[in-house]
Amino acid sequence: MSVSVPAERDEILRVEHLTMRFGGLVAVDGLSFSARRGDITAIIGPNGAGKTTVFNCITGFYKPTEGRIALAHGSGAVFEALPGVTFGGKQWAAASDGAVFLLERMPGFEIARTARVARTFQNIRLFAGMTVLENLLVAQHNVLNAASGYTFGGLIGLNSYKRAEKEAIERSAYWLAEIGLLDRADDPAGDLPYGAQRRLEIARAMCTAPVLLCLDEPAAGLNPRESGELNDLLLKIREQHTLSILLIEHDMGVVMGISDRITVLDYGRKIAEGTPAEIRSDPKVIAAYLGVEDDEVEEAEAEL
Amino acid sequence: MTDAAKPEAARGVHRMPAWLPADALRDAAITFLIALVLFGSLVGLRTDTVNNALEITTHFGKALLLSGVVAGVRLAYDLLVWRRLADGQTIASLIPALIPIARATAAFGLALGFVLYVFPALRSNLIAWAAGVFWWLGSIADLITFACMAAFVVVAAMVIIRVARIALRRQTAEGVGITARLTGDFGRELPIALLVIAITLPLLITGASQRYAIDTATQILIYVMLGWGLNVVVGLAGLLDLGYVAFYAVGAYTYALIATEFGWSFWVCLPLAGMLAALWGITLGFPVLRLRGDYLAIVTLAFGEIIRIVILNWQSLTGGPNGINRIPKLTFFGLSFDKAAHPSFHGVFGLEFNPVYRIVFLYYVILFLALVTNFVTLRLRRLPIGRAWEALREDEIACRSVGINTVTTKLTAFAIGAMFGGFAGAFFSARQGFISPESFTFMESALVLAIVVLGGLGSQLGVVIAAVVLVGGSERFRELQDYRMLLFGLSMVLVMIWRPRGLMSGRTPSAFLHEHRSISSSFVKEGRG
Repeated sequence: MSVSVPAERDEILRVEHLTMRFGGLVAVDGLSFSARRGDITAIIGPNGAGKTTVFNCITGFYKPTEGRIALAHGSGAVFEALPGVTFGGKQWAAASDGAVFLLERMPGFEIARTARVARTFQNIRLFAGMTVLENLLVAQHNVLNAASGYTFGGLIGLNSYKRAEKEAIERSAYWLAEIGLLDRADDPAGDLPYGAQRRLEIARAMCTAPVLLCLDEPAAGLNPRESGELNDLLLKIREQHTLSILLIEHDMGVVMGISDRITVLDYGRKIAEGTPAEIRSDPKVIAAYLGVEDDEVEEAEAEL
Repeated sequence: MTDAAKPEAARGVHRMPAWLPADALRDAAITFLIALVLFGSLVGLRTDTVNNALEITTHFGKALLLSGVVAGVRLAYDLLVWRRLADGQTIASLIPALIPIARATAAFGLALGFVLYVFPALRSNLIAWAAGVFWWLGSIADLITFACMAAFVVVAAMVIIRVARIALRRQTAEGVGITARLTGDFGRELPIALLVIAITLPLLITGASQRYAIDTATQILIYVMLGWGLNVVVGLAGLLDLGYVAFYAVGAYTYALIATEFGWSFWVCLPLAGMLAALWGITLGFPVLRLRGDYLAIVTLAFGEIIRIVILNWQSLTGGPNGINRIPKLTFFGLSFDKAAHPSFHGVFGLEFNPVYRIVFLYYVILFLALVTNFVTLRLRRLPIGRAWEALREDEIACRSVGINTVTTKLTAFAIGAMFGGFAGAFFSARQGFISPESFTFMESALVLAIVVLGGLGSQLGVVIAAVVLVGGSERFRELQDYRMLLFGLSMVLVMIWRPRGLMSGRTPSAFLHEHRSISSSFVKEGRG
């Protein structure tokens, strides 16, 4: 399933003028950025910068106050259809060789099901009382539910459903092997150690066959060895599956090690965007992280 | 133990065996005296009406007996539990010491059950004797002997099934002796044994008590079916529903109205009752979609009451508080069970008229309906929709993140739970022949919910056991009148201390890769919705 990455990667996600207000608090303020197809795009910033709010807007858990979030299936050329979809009042539309989705207009489950954006959570949200395998089967709900004839076929025991379930279990076993949890397939997910729960959440998101995977602090609480393994896992997933990754992370080892592009937020605004090398030397980023005044930035940079 | 206490204890050893310290005996004696003072005045001296005059009668024998029992229990508890806890042992470490006692009790109970099952006269003598001592002792003896007999029948059925399975399975497990195979875990035999007993019940119980027993069993099965229906909503989807009786009422009134107005048969009305109840389930589901926990409970409670009050006040349709009577009874493929009817069941089959035929038939109808409910629920659990219900109980937000439409998932849970409630309601009105709003009060909702919670959320077998205990138990304790609510509450408290997640609390996974293992209830969430 390896992808031939085009020399000039086109956009998959385009966020424009995204603003999210909670009463008087402006959590995200006129943010515009884009993620390119096949890239790992990181969003970083100090605590409270609005990173998770951006994620919640993209994955439909919040309705943005203002702004447009557009996702492309197929090539980035489908963005040409964007004005038509926007002013036509539609949620999404098929275009040339793909489709374009306006995520801010879609309910959360449709974003996962139709637009195929999957996510993980900062505080792990597994189905703790279900087995590791069942967690991955639940993620394949929509495929399986259609195969079961929306329950009626499955109730009378159609063979097509049995086949679909067998395939789903095989796909789950593939992902369990990828994250090294094949032996623990029949254990309750709540019984796994913390690092394994993080990996299982990524595998569960992958079982929904996403085009865009949003990871909210996947390395939080992991030790250095585990976060190294996480890097390898994410790079492998990106290499072997047609997939783009959006990543929130505080662990700079992970961010700098695997990101292609980085967007830096502070107080809900974008303060920098670029490659890891550019970000590392950006005075505004350093100021945001170290908390110096703007006029002391030169001085602070000189000390570093 | 402190140094000061040692010599005293050592002196005690001279006169008393080591397992019976003098101070324990002294405490027991004090307990006996206190109990004697209390029972002597309360039980020993009573004013009874003798020859139209109040006279004081003495029952000191009974008072002595009661005081002895209390002192004995105090002594046993002291020796077996308190002293060990004082030595720094925990409750859990005491359990091994109690196992032989528990085993002996169980063996004695089973033997007693066997003897009483074979000689029913012995049992009635025993109960009569106990009732002669204290009026309530008769009920307790009745219950204990009944429990022993029931346990004997269940265990006998399990052993027979186990032997049959070993005999049928040609290959033998290596390194496992015949005793180990005979006495191993009976987890799989228990449901089969209960099913076999349920099917053969009219043959197992004969004689004068047959009619009453089968009637009670039918009553229990109605609640089993309601419990299984509610289990979909509460146990699987984790949505607390306090108004489940509303769907039961919808089903009952659907059958009652259609059958009395249009004369349609039960089997035609049954799907209609289910569909109408499911429709009401969806109607309830819509407004409560966004509610969770306490708020959901309050709204469902109100919904149950609204349905009841509408039925109570819509006089022209439902007959209001007078209810609906002369609801057509169930027929055996068109053959009536009535004595004067033609064609009648006994007439066609050339039997003597016997009212038991109808009762047995009703019993098998509800058994069939309940088993269908169970089969469908177990099947649904293994389908994507069932997994989505359980995922909803575990984490609703994660559900949305994997693309599950939580709205339709919740509504299907409400609809399917309500549908089974509607089926049970239709059966109820066909069995009773008369329904009124009084049958559908909040108490019924509470009882069904208690059955589900006591059995263990999500467990099908747990619902059966809890329904037998709660419905059957309150039926057997009928002569205790209001005291049975006291016992009911007390036993609920005890069970919640002993098994806070219900009697059958583990969760069976819906799919497995290597091996099928039960999941401990400590991981399973109860649901906040």
